[in-house]
Amino acid sequence: MELFIQQIVAGLTSGAIYACVALGLVMIYVSTDHINFAQGEMAMFATYLAWALIDAGVPYWGAFGATVLIAFVGGLFIQRVLLKPLETAPVLSLVVCFIALLSIFNALAGTIWSYTIKQFPSPFPPKDIFGDGLVSVQQLGVVAVTLIMLGILTVFFRYTTLGLAMRAAAQNAASARLMGVRVSWMLALGWGLAASIGGIAGMLVAPIVFLDPNMMTGILVYGFAGALVGGIANPIGAVAGGFIVGVLENLVGSYVIGNELKLTFALIVVVGVLLLKPAGLFGQVIVRRV
Amino acid sequence: MAALSKSWATKSGLPLTAILFWAAAALLPLAGSIWEDPSFDYYMFMGQSMLIYAIAVLGLNLLIGFNGQISLGHSAFFAIGAYTAAILMNFGGWPYWSTLPMAGVICFGAGFLFGFPALKLEGHYLALATFTLAIAVPQLLKYKAIAGWTGGVGGLLLEKPDPPWDLPLSADQWLYYVCLVTAMVMFWIVYNLLRGRSGRAMMAIRDHAMAAGTMGIDTALYKTVTFGISAGITGVAGALSAITIAFVAPDSFTLQLAISFLVGLVVGGMASLPGCLIGGVFIVLVQNSAQSISDWMKVSFSLRYDVPAWAIYGVLLLLLMYLLPTGLAGGAASLRGALARLTASGATPREPAVSPNQQKEPSR
Repeated sequence: MELFIQQIVAGLTSGAIYACVALGLVMIYVSTDHINFAQGEMAMFATYLAWALIDAGVPYWGAFGATVLIAFVGGLFIQRVLLKPLETAPVLSLVVCFIALLSIFNALAGTIWSYTIKQFPSPFPPKDIFGDGLVSVQQLGVVAVTLIMLGILTVFFRYTTLGLAMRAAAQNAASARLMGVRVSWMLALGWGLAASIGGIAGMLVAPIVFLDPNMMTGILVYGFAGALVGGIANPIGAVAGGFIVGVLENLVGSYVIGNELKLTFALIVVVGVLLLKPAGLFGQVIVRRV
Repeated sequence: MAALSKSWATKSGLPLTAILFWAAAALLPLAGSIWEDPSFDYYMFMGQSMLIYAIAVLGLNLLIGFNGQISLGHSAFFAIGAYTAAILMNFGGWPYWSTLPMAGVICFGAGFLFGFPALKLEGHYLALATFTLAIAVPQLLKYKAIAGWTGGVGGLLLEKPDPPWDLPLSADQWLYYVCLVTAMVMFWIVYNLLRGRSGRAMMAIRDHAMAAGTMGIDTALYKTVTFGISAGITGVAGALSAITIAFVAPDSFTLQLAISFLVGLVVGGMASLPGCLIGGVFIVLVQNSAQSISDWMKVSFSLRYDVPAWAIYGVLLLLLMYLLPTGLAGGAASLRGALARLTASGATPREPAVSPNQQKEPSR
């Protein structure tokens, strides 16, 4: 029984990270209707920036804030410079573009900071909450940060004019434009936000899996799975999906198939959800008029 | 019909260039018999790799370029082909050549099965599912329960085949011919497939799936079968790579391999058969010169570490998407068109009433 609870707690921790990545994916999907394959590498790169800042002597939270800001500007920049010319391009060109970004970020991180594994500091003390080795502060902190982020995003999208404008731009660009929303900039804003969220996810995960240029590949796949389970157009669903996938992954890993096939499990989840319930658990079925 | 007759397959002149190209490729190994170069076998090995990548890109092109389904997971089918060949040779005692059709058949089956979920998925979602497949495959191949067959993390070592009938060829020259003949067969199959009714159906689905459906094309069947054929062709390429390298290991079939296929496709040109060959040559050239490019960049930008090959791939992908979205083959075609127009307008007198070119000019 203790093992079971431990697995669930561990699952919730990794689920929180998947939820963060899924949130970033949903951000870009909601604001641009695209699935960003470079989301993981963007997060990884932002984490390296944070590491470099901390290495240079900046205190942790200073580096944290600076990284979130830099990631935001970077995301904005990517959308403005690289993706704007492709706004009306076919899906394939965009997928190729995202794959190109993935390769470039991965290679850039390897070139600047080398492929050796690095330790990343954690803001949370290495202590247990109840002192029995069940829940650590680190785990609780990761979950808390994710939930806070979700809260902020929900408030932002529901109750602010800017959030409303972003949703409008994504759902019906033409009408939004007529209402005076600068649609193209809303897309850029979505990219900026997604990059920031990715950066936070990277900084949360780095103390656990260590920092290296390939650290996000597996996590990204789980982020995809989480976003799909919850419904890729729904931030709350994505977070719930992330948690579900995290817990399932741990339980299936320890009781059914072992740790060696975890990525295969993600593949099955992705294909299964897409086949059986493409809109996800919390998503709406979108009917297109032809 | 006018549009059809302008399509690439029926363009006159293509078969001649194709014949010339394949003839030249067939004569290439003989150069080794004339100039005794100690590294000639290495060039032959490069030639084999180029042909193998060309076949893999051909498979991907059939799916993406001609049928409009995006796959980022063709490294998986390449892996299945390679492991099919390796396992049959190692444990079944099959001769190497007989594993090629088997790899094709098994990969066709695998692709056909994966094509079923793919039916419901479009655009980004299909890319996503196949992306996950590409990431999951190396881990799956290392799985302990099947390590008895796959060799686990260490992979399988194979024997490099010798040329038969006492032919005066080195092993690498012989394998080059094996690759060449296989490539010719594959290109011939795809060429004929695309020229016929099925090819037109595939392209119709790419251009407008719903319209194709109302014209009586069974879109579900065509899409799954195309996925299967595409996977089968890429699987044959995988089997060839296992035979020529004489070694298979899980970590050679990563997402990076799938990306290099995509690079070959984009560089060579979407929906172009000669483009596949250009793509295959290109991938190998970049892989081989990655070290020197990296050294050059290290010196000129005073970098601390190596620039890996896929940085170059990434930058190239981006540049091509903006500058030459139809790839080198497409670029060459439009250049040829522009030249033809130039010479035609120079040769004919400038009297619009009598100019025969006006009618023939396709509306763009």
